[in-house]
Amino acid sequence: MSAADTSGAERSVAEALPNSLRAGPDPRGRFGIFGGRFVAETLMPLVLELDAAYAAAKADPAFRTELDYYLKDYVGRPSPLWFARRLTEELGGARIYMKREELNHTGSHKLNNVMGQILLARRMGRSRIVAETGAGQHGVATATVCALFGLKCTIYMGATDVERQKPNVFRMRLLGAEVVPVTSGAGTLKDAMNEAMRDWVTNVRDTYFLVGTVAGPHPYPQMVRDFQSVIGEETRVQMQEAEGRLPDVIVAAIGGGSNAMGIFHPFLDDPSVRLIGVEAAGRGLDSGETAASILRGRPGVLHGNRTYLLQNEDGQIDEAHSISAGLDYPGIGPEHSWLADIGRVEYVGATDDQALDAFQLCTRTEGIIPALESAHALAHAAVIAPTLSPETLLVVNISGRGDKDIFTVAAHLGVTL
Amino acid sequence: MSRIARRFAALKEQGRGALIPYLQACDPDYDTSLALLRAMPGAGADLIEIGVPFSDPSADGPTIQLAARRGLKAGSSMVRVLEMVARFREDDADTPIILMGYLNPIEAYGHARFCADAARAGVDGLIVVDMPPEEADLLDGPAVEAGLDIIRLVAPTTDDVRLPVVCGHASGFIYYVSITGVTGTRTASSDELAAALPRLRAATDLPVAIGFGIRSPEQAAAAVRAADAAVVASALIATLEDSLDEQGRATPDTLPRVLAQLSALAEAVRSARKA
Repeated sequence: MSAADTSGAERSVAEALPNSLRAGPDPRGRFGIFGGRFVAETLMPLVLELDAAYAAAKADPAFRTELDYYLKDYVGRPSPLWFARRLTEELGGARIYMKREELNHTGSHKLNNVMGQILLARRMGRSRIVAETGAGQHGVATATVCALFGLKCTIYMGATDVERQKPNVFRMRLLGAEVVPVTSGAGTLKDAMNEAMRDWVTNVRDTYFLVGTVAGPHPYPQMVRDFQSVIGEETRVQMQEAEGRLPDVIVAAIGGGSNAMGIFHPFLDDPSVRLIGVEAAGRGLDSGETAASILRGRPGVLHGNRTYLLQNEDGQIDEAHSISAGLDYPGIGPEHSWLADIGRVEYVGATDDQALDAFQLCTRTEGIIPALESAHALAHAAVIAPTLSPETLLVVNISGRGDKDIFTVAAHLGVTL
Repeated sequence: MSRIARRFAALKEQGRGALIPYLQACDPDYDTSLALLRAMPGAGADLIEIGVPFSDPSADGPTIQLAARRGLKAGSSMVRVLEMVARFREDDADTPIILMGYLNPIEAYGHARFCADAARAGVDGLIVVDMPPEEADLLDGPAVEAGLDIIRLVAPTTDDVRLPVVCGHASGFIYYVSITGVTGTRTASSDELAAALPRLRAATDLPVAIGFGIRSPEQAAAAVRAADAAVVASALIATLEDSLDEQGRATPDTLPRVLAQLSALAEAVRSARKA
């Protein structure tokens, strides 16, 4: 079958499922009122070019074959679906499974997306990669593939994050990336995103902007979701093998929302599967120090898309707060905003303290040190599991490993390393 | 005829190009920036751009980023910006005022309410950096209804297929972003400008202003020889910044220094097409 045939077949499937929640975005990159392409004119032609290049790659079976090869032999996929027996016993209730994304190369789900985009960047003939990073997981994943393919790599990271994620900064530099600390604003992920966009607008000819989450101008939210959907697709098959049916509940942490979108998307059209996104409530949803964009934000426009944002009444973007640098962002992917508005996904919060407790619980009962990001999902799972029947199948997405967080956790527990 | 169209028509009559200086509202405080705004026409401003401070100015370089931060710290808000324009209009009915900024503060204010209030305050045009024509549907209608021009940016990356689309949605004038990059960095060469302008002229009858990277009187003169107007922003803000005291407050030097620089730019623009 030729590439054109494949794309025709995909179109007819989408047309045959007019009520599918998986058909978005529309050609303008909209999920309901959310998404779009809110970028400066200088970038607009690049964003349109990227959209066309991604559509062509997606329709090309050779691209899929190449990506599958790297996902299997370099990333280490599929990741296991692990039945967490001791955690299940400890909480007493739902059967808890863990999707082990922390076992991927570089220690998080980030490499799924980065591998897809780097192959696309190569197809587009780009020689230089720029990316933003918060906790450093996306930066490390990006620096890794740049080392693998011998591409120049510049990572923008907030100065505050550079300070609290030193091991990842060192990793990126070992991998050959230039790490640029960003001092504007509070020096966190949103400021790194601004600076990466400034780099891109300056170096339009040779540079590929490798966005790390399901946000930014179209096609990034769709493309990153597609690359991350491997998480949910595997979970579907693995749960069938383990239990002979679909899961009942899936819980994932949300910063920008890529690990959650990846595990949710293949289940959007299965109404029996309850989907729960856990935002970082920080010091509490109403403490004024939170990163819960959906629960405490309003729709607005930032970083290329319309989505829920933490902002003041004048439309100035607020600083987010979370113990987890990876969730410390005042926005969220536009598809999540839409899923929240239509009620398909429930969005809840978990505080810094709840995440710290869950971090320790998971480590103690399962011998798995989760990333502080993933600990937010575990925290909510720990709240609801005891209220659910023992037949309930609950999946928690362990999006990353927590080795990078031991210094932060030690400091909060009053331990000097 | 709008104030912007009237001004460009009058300048065409005189055979000279326009100088469009930029200031960031409330930088470093409301009173100083209002005083600067009021003094700009006397120092040679033909049109004026007022930057609306935003927390995340992702298309701006360090100079304007810092100006935005000073403006926000000094209490800038959309309400204050419109108040500043209304005060300016009390004794200047002719100089066109263009607000330049990002979309989110407009969305937060409400598209229709914003356009109505801005027009009432005396604003003539809007430049919304992160709103390409494809995303303008919510603002275009209210802007037209209120009589505000939506000034479109054209960039070196805007290709021949896209150019008519961008110009087709434009009114007032076209703002040519002369370099790929953020504000206040490098300057386009006269060769680059010479190559770009015929393409633009073929696509639009609107006046063309050149911005991004114009710093010196010579560069401003070169811009109005190639096009209809020169926008100078970061260079003026850098002077303002340099005049502030250690706490970032205005000093007696602030206005005279910025206005002296503006006069020199105006002199160069006015004599650019003579000789």
